[in-house]
Amino acid sequence: MRLGFLLAAVLACAPLFAQDTKKEIQKYQQMIADGSPVELFELEGEALWRKPQGPSKVSLEKCDLGQGPGVLKGAYARLPRYFKDADRVMDLETRLLHCMTTLQGRSREEATKRVFGNENQPSEMEHLSAYIAAQSRGTKLAPATSHPKEKEAYELGRALFFHRAGGWDMSCASCHGEEGKRIRMQELPVLHKREFARPIMATWPAYRVSNSQFKTMQWRINDCYRQMRYPEPTFASDATIALTSFLTVTAAGEPYRGPGTKR
Amino acid sequence: MIKNRRTLLAVLGMLLLKPFAALAAWNEQAFGAKTAADALSGLGAPSPAPSKDIVIDAPQIAENGAVVPIEVMSNIPGTTSIAVVIEKNPFPLAGKFDFKDGALPFVKLNVKMGETSDVRVLAMAGGKPFVATREIKVTIGGCGG
Amino acid sequence: MAGPMKMRATLAGGNTEVRVLMSHPMTTAQMKEGLHHIRNVVVKQNGKTVVEAEISQAVSRNPVFSFRLKGGAKGDKIEVSWLDNKGESNKIETAVA
Repeated sequence: MRLGFLLAAVLACAPLFAQDTKKEIQKYQQMIADGSPVELFELEGEALWRKPQGPSKVSLEKCDLGQGPGVLKGAYARLPRYFKDADRVMDLETRLLHCMTTLQGRSREEATKRVFGNENQPSEMEHLSAYIAAQSRGTKLAPATSHPKEKEAYELGRALFFHRAGGWDMSCASCHGEEGKRIRMQELPVLHKREFARPIMATWPAYRVSNSQFKTMQWRINDCYRQMRYPEPTFASDATIALTSFLTVTAAGEPYRGPGTKR
Repeated sequence: MIKNRRTLLAVLGMLLLKPFAALAAWNEQAFGAKTAADALSGLGAPSPAPSKDIVIDAPQIAENGAVVPIEVMSNIPGTTSIAVVIEKNPFPLAGKFDFKDGALPFVKLNVKMGETSDVRVLAMAGGKPFVATREIKVTIGGCGG
Repeated sequence: MAGPMKMRATLAGGNTEVRVLMSHPMTTAQMKEGLHHIRNVVVKQNGKTVVEAEISQAVSRNPVFSFRLKGGAKGDKIEVSWLDNKGESNKIETAVA
């Protein structure tokens, strides 16, 4: 009943989206992207990447993001992927957490104490994500898909995308499963379809101008679940990694052009 | 002896830090104005003449009022400054840019707009004020998140 | 402690395009942090002041400005400095690429 009401409200707010309205919004998006504070986050991220931290007093510079220890060029575009040393498929933030605990000797508790920041104090993960994602600019999204666990993550992500649950009996597909929907002025991309997933996955993580915060994929998924009235997903959980796998594989081939700038 | 030197150094230090702050002018009257008309008066340009030679490049719709990109170029010969006035903002004057010999009368900036409003761009050229206006609609996107 | 700045200065169409990013809260009096915003921005080309700006709290957080300077050559020194209402300041210098 609630879902029906919600859907009706969403659809009621989404009459035909005039073509010129769409064009003007695209112009807005273009203008804010060209001249975005994103680069400031990349700068801080670089400093954090090089900063010796933790009991081991070591920087993250030897962290292997899938292309070899310390290799950043194109690394983000090839995530998520299976990592033998952790026997697990990992997305960027999960892998960073892994390096923080194994290389730097930090506890998971300390390293995840504040994964999502705010406008006055972004988190370490946010800065690092901005820096590392930037090193994949121009590289085509190519998450690994050959290992059995990578296939599993993709399938789990796809199942989760369509699975209805939570307080309002919603799934990702409730908002992102049908063309022509929007919430207020925000067009809702159909994320299980290649053509719509591609521009999205090519521009996350992103700087959100509406609250001046840098948002990562772990945050994005967390916040979607919050809006659907689900219990909060654990940071770097299998479920969150699986969804990112599904979305990135769906968007594979698209040249990465982030970190993005969004409303 | 040391106490005096310390005091002397402190005073000298303050004098060295002060200059930029003391010399940097900031038009309190214009920036404190609560109406566009008062802001223009504060800038010494109460009745600017409309001009098509002030080119405003801005989106018609801003997805969020926190960041509204505006690009301005004045093609009026002899333009010495450009000011951006947002009609419906609590304090309409957002900025004033003085271009010395060596800079083109061009600026791109991001402003905050509280609501849909006219944006007036003022250009001073040859001591005379000119203005161009553009309406920018401000919306709120998304799920409020 | 003033946040980081980033600047890019390039030659285009016979002019020097300058894009500068500043880390600053730019909060208004209504916000819980109180009024804290950049008031003055100065742009210098090879030591000579070319743009002087006065801005208000209506400029967005983490301001980004683009300017166009006449002529210019590779290696020119561009300097941008700012001063806020609390007396804090910062500056950055870049060579034209």
